[in-house]
Amino acid sequence: MKNSYSQILDDPRFQELVSKRNRLSWTLSALILIVYLAFIFLIAFAPQVLGTRISADSVITWGIPIGVGLILFAFILTGIYVRRANGEFDRLTKAILDEVQQ
Amino acid sequence: MKSKLLTLLVLLAPSSTLWAEALTGEVERQPLNISAITMFLIFVLATLGITYWASKQSKSTSDYYSAGGRITGFQNGVAIAGDFMSAASFLGIAALVFTTGYDGLIYSIGFLVGWPIILFLIAERLRNLGRYTFADVASYRLKQIPIRTLSACGSLVVVAFYLIAQMVGAGKLIELLFGLNYHVAVVLVGVLMVLYVLFGGMLATTWVQITKAILLLFGASFMALMVLKYVNFDIGQLFKQAVDVHAKGDAIMSPGGLVSDPISAISLGLALMFGTAGLPHILMRFFTVGDAKEARKSVFYATGLIGYFYILTFIIGFGAILMVGTNPAFKDASGALIGGANMAAVHLSDAIGGSLFLGFMSAVSFATILAVVSGLALAGASAVSHDLYANVIKKGKVTEKSELRVSKVTVVVLGILAILLGIAFENQNVAFMVALAFTVAASCNFPILILSMYWKNLTTRGATVGGWLGLVSAVVMMILGPTIWVSVLGHEHAIFPYEYPALFSIVIAFASIIVVSKLDNSPAAEEERARFLPQFVRSQTGLGASGAVSH
Repeated sequence: MKNSYSQILDDPRFQELVSKRNRLSWTLSALILIVYLAFIFLIAFAPQVLGTRISADSVITWGIPIGVGLILFAFILTGIYVRRANGEFDRLTKAILDEVQQ
Repeated sequence: MKSKLLTLLVLLAPSSTLWAEALTGEVERQPLNISAITMFLIFVLATLGITYWASKQSKSTSDYYSAGGRITGFQNGVAIAGDFMSAASFLGIAALVFTTGYDGLIYSIGFLVGWPIILFLIAERLRNLGRYTFADVASYRLKQIPIRTLSACGSLVVVAFYLIAQMVGAGKLIELLFGLNYHVAVVLVGVLMVLYVLFGGMLATTWVQITKAILLLFGASFMALMVLKYVNFDIGQLFKQAVDVHAKGDAIMSPGGLVSDPISAISLGLALMFGTAGLPHILMRFFTVGDAKEARKSVFYATGLIGYFYILTFIIGFGAILMVGTNPAFKDASGALIGGANMAAVHLSDAIGGSLFLGFMSAVSFATILAVVSGLALAGASAVSHDLYANVIKKGKVTEKSELRVSKVTVVVLGILAILLGIAFENQNVAFMVALAFTVAASCNFPILILSMYWKNLTTRGATVGGWLGLVSAVVMMILGPTIWVSVLGHEHAIFPYEYPALFSIVIAFASIIVVSKLDNSPAAEEERARFLPQFVRSQTGLGASGAVSH
């Protein structure tokens, strides 16, 4: 087992997997935090923006589509991560493991 | 500007009342609700059937702790969503929308955003490194005895507080919804919880949670649909009519924001966000799936279902403004809602589907509590049998059979304790206990888990010192704070000024873990650092990870 570990560590595909996955997971984490914080800042510093009606003859405010949009955004980000991880990353992982376990 | 900043900080933290899983205070017992009781009995019979089926499938310890790793990503996603769609979030968020409108949506979003982070940073490493409990991961390259003892104590403290809050909440809710006696309700919940876990293990616990989640999603979808039908499927009409009849008028369409003490508010926000990633009964669910791929899928489905559910509760809350708020039949002489604002969604089910649907939604609310306490009991039992008994007392030299026996004895003891505590705390304000559970999870379990996965220089000494400091400081500051020292114990002034100490205890935990680990130059620490690379390879690739058991 010890040998498989050092073999994997030296595998350039492993380096590729780690750096790609790190980039994706930290980017997406940053995205959700930034968007969420932006929403909170909007509430704190410009609540009237969220309270503005989307058109003169409707009581619906911008806050409604933005809020619901945020929920969808969180879901879509998890979808993007799962899609890439279950496809590209798992293929890379499998290639690395197949070689070690031969 | 300063007050703006305060508002901002407060908004970062979801309202504490939402997490008051316990309906505390005096509850007016309702007349015996026959249709609700009948439907609840049907649910109990069905779940006992599931437990019987699961007991036939469960033989090994792996079956018992993690359903043999054979739960699919989708099923696990529904179960995780079920853990989050508690009676409190259904009744509580609907109530918040009913009273304040838009603010309810802000809080829903606050609860949801933690999940993508769990997916991106924790889920797959957890699955690749662990087997039954999160302590498997925390102690992966560190010394078993101190780390397992710490993790087990962290888990047990979290489980105990969460369980007390649930038991008291269950008793009150059942008194309110069914007209049953409080003690009968608490004993019933305790006995059913023990039966599910004792005989069906994780497989039964998961399927009871899935069953309840589907029923709750179905009920909530139906309610939202009927609300939309009431306004002829015109969303604009829904909001327009709500603004017309609501006492706050236009204000329900924009952020309001409640300001108390900003430090407590940030603390609570941190506790909820990081606490979720340290709750033993949530983390345990990631071991029930076969591999990292299924673990990822489960978070994807869970996020989707939780988000969908929160959108439903938003519609339901507005529906309640129209259909409950305007109907004097649901109000008492003073014009307040019968049973309090938490009953808005329950009254709405009456307005929509009469006493039959009211009975259904009441039964589902009770089922929700049963499903959540079962998961808690299993998490507590695993901490005792897998961490304390098998790995600390017996140092890993233990047969499957004796480990299982210890686990089952623990479940029975936990059940008896839960009933006794539920009765002892009947007239206490236990709303703070859920917050305390999250604070401990965020200040003890979460720091050692995340640092063990991501930080090479973590050592046993650092994790032990920091983890215990986080755990103890969280509990002590909470006891000396206004909620317990003043409100519960009746002292005049709080020694610790803030309601929620997570901000301080999380910093104490992380800082002391990092400083002590850095200063640790022992040979053991060097070995532990050297073991990070193999752990890193396994966490990334799943090499050597425990897989699904095929039978």
